[in-house]
Amino acid sequence: MIRLEKRPQPSRAFAYLTPVLAVLATFVFGGILFAALGKDPVQSILTIFWEPLFGEFAFFYRPQLLIKGAPLVLIAIGLSLGFKAGIWNIGAEGQYIMGALCGAGFGLAFYPAESALIFPGMVLAGAFGGWLWAMIPALLKVRFGTNEILVSLMLVYVAEQFLASMSLGLLKNPEGFGFPGSRNLQQYQSAHNAELIAGSGMHWGVVAALIAVIFAYVLLARHRLGFAVRVTGDAPRAARFAGVNPSRLILFCLGTSGLLAGLAGLFEVAGPAGQVSIDFNVGYGFTAIIVAFLGRLHPVGIVLAGLLMALTYIGGDIAQSQLGLPAAAIQVFQGMLLFFLLALDLFTNYRLRIGRVETA
Amino acid sequence: MKLTTFLAGAAVALGLATGAVADGHEKTKVGFVYVGPIGDGGWTYEHNKGRLAVEEALGDKVETVYVENVAEGPDAERVMTQMALDGADLIFTTSFGYMDATINVAQKFPNVKFEHATGYKRAENVSTYSARFYEGRAIQGHIAGKMTESNIIGYIASYPIPEVIRGINSAYIHAAKVNPDVEFKIIWVYTWFDPAKEADAAKALIEQGADVVLQHTDSTAPQAAAQEAGNVMTFGQASDMAQYAPFPRVSSIIDDWAPYYIARTQAVIDGTWESMDTWDGIGPGMVAIGEISDAVPADVKEEALAMKAAIADGSYHPFTGPLKKQDGSDWLADGEVADDGTLAGMNFYVEGITGEIPQ
Repeated sequence: MIRLEKRPQPSRAFAYLTPVLAVLATFVFGGILFAALGKDPVQSILTIFWEPLFGEFAFFYRPQLLIKGAPLVLIAIGLSLGFKAGIWNIGAEGQYIMGALCGAGFGLAFYPAESALIFPGMVLAGAFGGWLWAMIPALLKVRFGTNEILVSLMLVYVAEQFLASMSLGLLKNPEGFGFPGSRNLQQYQSAHNAELIAGSGMHWGVVAALIAVIFAYVLLARHRLGFAVRVTGDAPRAARFAGVNPSRLILFCLGTSGLLAGLAGLFEVAGPAGQVSIDFNVGYGFTAIIVAFLGRLHPVGIVLAGLLMALTYIGGDIAQSQLGLPAAAIQVFQGMLLFFLLALDLFTNYRLRIGRVETA
Repeated sequence: MKLTTFLAGAAVALGLATGAVADGHEKTKVGFVYVGPIGDGGWTYEHNKGRLAVEEALGDKVETVYVENVAEGPDAERVMTQMALDGADLIFTTSFGYMDATINVAQKFPNVKFEHATGYKRAENVSTYSARFYEGRAIQGHIAGKMTESNIIGYIASYPIPEVIRGINSAYIHAAKVNPDVEFKIIWVYTWFDPAKEADAAKALIEQGADVVLQHTDSTAPQAAAQEAGNVMTFGQASDMAQYAPFPRVSSIIDDWAPYYIARTQAVIDGTWESMDTWDGIGPGMVAIGEISDAVPADVKEEALAMKAAIADGSYHPFTGPLKKQDGSDWLADGEVADDGTLAGMNFYVEGITGEIPQ
């Protein structure tokens, strides 16, 4: 007879061990999947995890990890604050889009003037756009008690329509022969979020992500507001007695996550992506939810999780091209990682008991 | 070593590798970047068929690689760079949204040749190519206009870009020519490939009375929706979609990239590759019309085939005047033929189409 027994205290050892075990389990079952597809399992896994970090062209892939990971980390940090407090912003994708639109719109309004003030202005506009979009579910929740999960998610689709409209109308490149999409900000010096050191992948978005990580760490560990976030998530009633104002906490958590998502959008549109286009958003806002949980809602964990996700994306594309693995197999592989992590997570709070059940 | 010099060094090393190819010592490596999955049954499926045709035609002189489902933007740029680093000599980037990424990567790898589908930016080592899909739309429009009984033709449109608008105009002109009462209902789905959205759009159009549904999206979901409805006619898009023949799919527009891909790869092997812009239609075989099924009466089929022959030999152009724009202003005088520049940037409906192009 096997049964689960709740641990009196969550196991610290298991909390640290589960990510490692999950990765190992993914290697084993992923390897079986790749073998079933007729590929060498060891080589496949090496291509995904080793090639980008230490392979022949690692000089190119390592910076790419930063480019791919930065928006994930930046968004996930913001989301984790709310998630800790039980405030569920599922619409970071929409806030990401609105941040990009506001920021890019601000910059393009000055085209072709060159000024050192344009980029900082775009950053502020981007942050404002994301914050504003998150304030809609926040205010509706505070004022009318609406469900922020539904409202924030639905606003993603509104933002996508807005993005399409902007790409086809207001922000359309007047020299683009009628094709949708804005001017390329990479070719507009004052608005370009260029690499700080060429070839390093370090752009302002990476810097912002690092600052956000430190900010979140200090906030949660040292600040009263961080205490309010944690206690609200753990024991909402106790939080009220401790003098936490739930409305202000909702506004803070949704506002901050929207602001960071907006910043991520701005840095992406002004840098790696370069232009506002109908397909500008590629799901960072949704993937960041996974990153936040994969990183245990802990700032340092989120950095590691963001880099791990970025690694599987980059390594996955290499495996497709070099080994002919189908994209779907890579997605299954990524899914396995999350599945095993969540499944093994059970053992942090429960342990297996093998033996007879004592009946009363 | 500095990263930039490293990258430059890699580019030089690639240049040497390319040199080896001309001597015939090494396989020519051809990369393909796809926006959808190769199993989409439409756009990407046909590009992948082109890739397989290159392998078959050129045998062990070539090696091909591909990455599917590549998002436009930085991901595309990374995948292209990766292919170039891995020693690709020629890279086909098969979505409009890859345009700026292709140009960026091409600058870093001057010895690698790039071919960008449906774009307008070229460089020393970047060619562009596209197909005159609107020629096929003319034939579709003719059949649709003849066959519709409700006089309502549904159109699932992807993005309001010139290519899609050209298709709508071409289909409408030829449907209205044989059936002046015909009405087009257009739904914009803002995706090239999303079976769920495409199916929803098809059902909405069918509920609004459409008995012919045309699609400018890549999945077979609208075909399935039409089959379910029972009495609705469709056309395969990008690929033949013959699994839905003879009904609802009565014909199709097929993008046949194989001859072009083989010719361009051969040019790289021979060292004769040059940057150019290709826009081919039914004549050179880049656009093919799939078998017109028996669900279409023999006389209609004959007319459609006659139109196809006329377009192929150049005696008929689908955009021949007199034509007016939607707002009633004159566009083409009697017998005048649209120039490629106007067609390439087409951003207006022709007279008779209701609704507005979304902005």
